[in-house]
Amino acid sequence: MSAQHEIITSKNLVAGYPDNIVWRDATFSIDRGEFVAVIGPNGAGKTTLFRLLLGLQQPVSGAIKIFDAAPKRGNPQISYVPQRHIFDDDTNVESLELVRLGFSGKKWGLGLFSHEDRKAALDVLQDVGATDLAHRSLGILSGGELQRIFLAEALVSKPTLLLLDEPLSNLDMRRERELLHLIDGVVRSRNVTALLIAHNINPLLPYLDKVIYIANGKVATGTPKEVLTSASLSALFGVQVEVLRDSRGNIAVVGIEDYHRCQPE
Amino acid sequence: MTFSINPWIDLQQMLQYQFMQHAFEAGTIVAILAGIVGYFVVLRRSSFAAHALSHIGFSGAAAAVLIGVSPIYGLLLFTSVGGLGIAALGRRAANRDAEIGIVLAFMLGLGVLFLSLYTGYATEAYSILFGEILGVSFSNVLLTFVAGVIVLVLISLVYRPLLFASLDEDVAEAKGMPVVLLGIVFMLLVAVATSFAVQVVGVLLIFSLMVTPAATAQLLAKRPGRVIIISVVIALIATWLGLFIAFFEPYPVSFFITTIVFVFYLFVRFITPRIRNFLSGFGESTIS
Repeated sequence: MSAQHEIITSKNLVAGYPDNIVWRDATFSIDRGEFVAVIGPNGAGKTTLFRLLLGLQQPVSGAIKIFDAAPKRGNPQISYVPQRHIFDDDTNVESLELVRLGFSGKKWGLGLFSHEDRKAALDVLQDVGATDLAHRSLGILSGGELQRIFLAEALVSKPTLLLLDEPLSNLDMRRERELLHLIDGVVRSRNVTALLIAHNINPLLPYLDKVIYIANGKVATGTPKEVLTSASLSALFGVQVEVLRDSRGNIAVVGIEDYHRCQPE
Repeated sequence: MTFSINPWIDLQQMLQYQFMQHAFEAGTIVAILAGIVGYFVVLRRSSFAAHALSHIGFSGAAAAVLIGVSPIYGLLLFTSVGGLGIAALGRRAANRDAEIGIVLAFMLGLGVLFLSLYTGYATEAYSILFGEILGVSFSNVLLTFVAGVIVLVLISLVYRPLLFASLDEDVAEAKGMPVVLLGIVFMLLVAVATSFAVQVVGVLLIFSLMVTPAATAQLLAKRPGRVIIISVVIALIATWLGLFIAFFEPYPVSFFITTIVFVFYLFVRFITPRIRNFLSGFGESTIS
């Protein structure tokens, strides 16, 4: 890929705080239109990467560039879906309103005579197959339905980069596959780059272009074939691990228990 | 005075009195303010913050009485400072009920001290606690009007960002929206609405205008614009009807207002779903 397709470049990036480094020496690049998984154990610093990209946190050292500039808060080209994001069941606000706010929530004034946001919201709800949820209340939606609405809320502002923080948690296997299929469709049809934080990489494997594996204060990046090998993950975790594959291509990383045993919780 | 057979004549008779005119004017503005601001209070789950502000306002009102100025100035000053304090704690911290409760109790204590130092009439304390809309002066009506206009202009300016930050704060923050500033604006709106609502229903009954109408309206509609309109209508009906009845019956206005909004709530909470079920069942049976 040529350089102008790169939308994120990171060089010797160190994240966290000067007295508490989360991870270091991350050097990678992400291109336009790639579907990327961010994988790693709890507390490894996956969300930290998102906060750096959103400009909510500054790197300790090293360089990170997004669309050829330093990350800044409120970049309209980025949409973010935070983790564990639910509404109380008595929140009686229809889904369409949330998606509309994704489009016009930054604008001052009442916007009484503008129906642009309503049209954009209805269009994007159709794109994510959630037209029937438009007038349902946010408080009564299931986890899978909510993730569709959040995706619509994120897409309605037409971003080029989507940051999805654990969208698959709390979904059963069928809903997980449906949502991934949907996100993959969005990535391909809109030429959007998606970074998706997940615990389990297996359901993602059929779709991924790249993996960012964060563990043990280090970051490994590349295609799934490059990263998910015994040699690469052993180097990352600092203990001997082995990557096993079943007949359908699912992987299992064996030996991480030794790594966890050495880690103070 | 008693009701006649014709409510129109009763209304004319009542509005001949200047103090009733003033009460209606101030009550109308307060109902509109409380109905609108109340929606954001319910949406942001800040009922306790509103409750705390009114109690902080109590000591302000008592201090104002002590130094011989209108209680509304003390209310505005104390609730605004209190609102800034709660907003400074941040949205998540604003849910720290214990801290807010500790400050609230201290402020109530101060209010009691101020009232005991005040050597005038004990009715002042009663009217701060339970409202005294029938005694509102013309200058207070004017002040209420000015504050009402300012609050309405401010809300129409921040409406969409405030709605977004109230519903989905993390995403709003990631989009670079000034969520902390919006939190401060919100608490100041609550402070002003609360201060004027205290004139009508008093410190202790503040929920009847700041929370009940909006919470009831939220059960009836899903679009924020509609919820706000219904909330204002409920607050207006309760205030007008409460004033009307209280003119003819020797019981306090705030009792009637709290009772009317409570009846609204009970009806919507328990009766409306049954009517809806009945109607939808009826509709289905006619289709099939």
